Amino acid sequence: MKTVKHKILVLSGKGGVGKSTLSAHLAHGLAEDENTQVALLDIDICGPSVPKIMGLEGEQVHQSGSGWSPVYVEDNLGVMSVGFLLSSPDDAVIWRGPRKNGMIKQFLRDVDWGEVDYLIVDTPPGTSDEHLSVVQYLSAANIDGVVIVTTPQEVSLQDVRKEINFCHKVKLPLIGVVENMSSFVCPRCKKESQIFPPTTGGAEAMCQDLQIPLLGRVPLDPQIGKSCDKGQSFLTDAPDSPATLAYRSIIQRVRAFCHRHPSHEEEQRSTS
Amino acid sequence: MEEVPQECPGTGSAQAGRGASCQGCPNQRLCASGAGAAPDPAIEEIKEKMKTVKHKILVLSGKGGVGKSTLSAHLAHGLAEDENTQVALLDIDICGPSVPKIMGLEGEQVHQSGSGWSPVYVEDNLGVMSVGFLLSSPDDAVIWRGPRKNGMIKQFLRDVDWGEVDYLIVDTPPGTSDEHLSVVQYLSAANIDGVVIVTTPQEVSLQDVRKEINFCHKVKLPLIGVVENMSSFVCPRCKKESQIFPPTTGGAEAMCQDLQIPLLGRVPLDPQIGKSCDKGQSFLTDAPDSPATLAYRSIIQRVRAFCHRHPSHEEEQRSTS
Repeated sequence: MKTVKHKILVLSGKGGVGKSTLSAHLAHGLAEDENTQVALLDIDICGPSVPKIMGLEGEQVHQSGSGWSPVYVEDNLGVMSVGFLLSSPDDAVIWRGPRKNGMIKQFLRDVDWGEVDYLIVDTPPGTSDEHLSVVQYLSAANIDGVVIVTTPQEVSLQDVRKEINFCHKVKLPLIGVVENMSSFVCPRCKKESQIFPPTTGGAEAMCQDLQIPLLGRVPLDPQIGKSCDKGQSFLTDAPDSPATLAYRSIIQRVRAFCHRHPSHEEEQRSTS
Repeated sequence: MEEVPQECPGTGSAQAGRGASCQGCPNQRLCASGAGAAPDPAIEEIKEKMKTVKHKILVLSGKGGVGKSTLSAHLAHGLAEDENTQVALLDIDICGPSVPKIMGLEGEQVHQSGSGWSPVYVEDNLGVMSVGFLLSSPDDAVIWRGPRKNGMIKQFLRDVDWGEVDYLIVDTPPGTSDEHLSVVQYLSAANIDGVVIVTTPQEVSLQDVRKEINFCHKVKLPLIGVVENMSSFVCPRCKKESQIFPPTTGGAEAMCQDLQIPLLGRVPLDPQIGKSCDKGQSFLTDAPDSPATLAYRSIIQRVRAFCHRHPSHEEEQRSTS
């Protein structure tokens, strides 16, 4: 991990809130600067969504003398996922914890990422093997911080508070919270509806309560689902969507966080 | 130590403890002695316990956030509307137990008696069990690796005193991992009637759901059918329909035709669903005229019909003895 400047985990206690969508678009956004090297690591072993969202279904991983090669979307954007190791995308990966842990260890140890500015790690929902393992294996390598993803309803926030609790327990710095699916603007009448009503104040109230930054609120845009299914960047497909503007603002705040908090390696280099 | 070798042959395999990849594994001696091949005694205990449970239904999805817990809860509510039907709802999502909140049972605690753990009752005929009831605070993270989660699931199945139950509904977390393997393993002698698979229309979900269906085939679980949630949204202002999660590859309908599995129903998005779940109330009661309620009721009816067309192993035993 010495060649990786910044490491960001994308977590949520809750499933289906848009972790992989955010991870993928964080990667796309950061990689829009050709001089920024970005790596996207998908450690969701049972439900690896990243290959599809990045338009890399069917790609295979190659091995070389220096390890496994990531699959490149662009010259400066490499991806790794268990999805690339399956014979067919419908193959179930029915592994218990220990075997999943072994895979995550291999991803972190054996993938030849090269010089990378940002490594984004997409995770499955929960606070279990995958989460403990990635924190354990990266314990000496310094994780810059965590982006937590939620949707506005209390059923999600409840699981997200557990995830925040997990981050505190394992001493992971929190970059902040992203609230997805905040609202929906009807394409016909242009009026806004709340599909997932924030009955307890949504992420905003939770963030105030827990003193954590709210990085942004992303409205529902059906184009997001379409772009993800097609493996295209939503930021490019719908540059004027309010959701794109929200994502860009979030990406900017994540970038700014990483630069305000130089990585351990950068500090070492500057003082040696 | 939780790690086993990458190419672990499996503790029940003939090669257990003897394979090349077993070298250096901390369990090698145990496996080589044949201990891993012996069936877990809990399986027989659970079989006994499950004799009072007529029908067992698992609610699965490869994908998170598609509405498994919502469906499980409303399946339970719907079946329990008949006062003479005893319903049990078991939540085996250990990390993100949503069922207590959705059932309006937050803060409730589990009591132990001589006959085991008592479920928490929503109604006289609707009992619930979840790890959520064992937490001091709902914000407490349950940060457990697989083996510990498996132990909890075993306890839920073996030690909860459900009593005479017509339907046991088991809500699961997303994935095809410890929880899913364990519940299938522990119920292996007790006969699961079938599985309801939940999805949303977009391909990113269907991809994970096909994996889950693949899992069901591998472990020989009968499929009751698929429920597609969040199918469409009717704007409350202009009443026009939108597809928030566009079915770019034909949605659940196309997948079900392709895989020859029944599509049990398609449930539209209704913001009242989220509100009812957050408040712990039955959406079926809160919004009886919603198209989503009608869809749920139809699904519940089809699940009930499936169970009656396929009498449980116990019922067959009783009728022939």
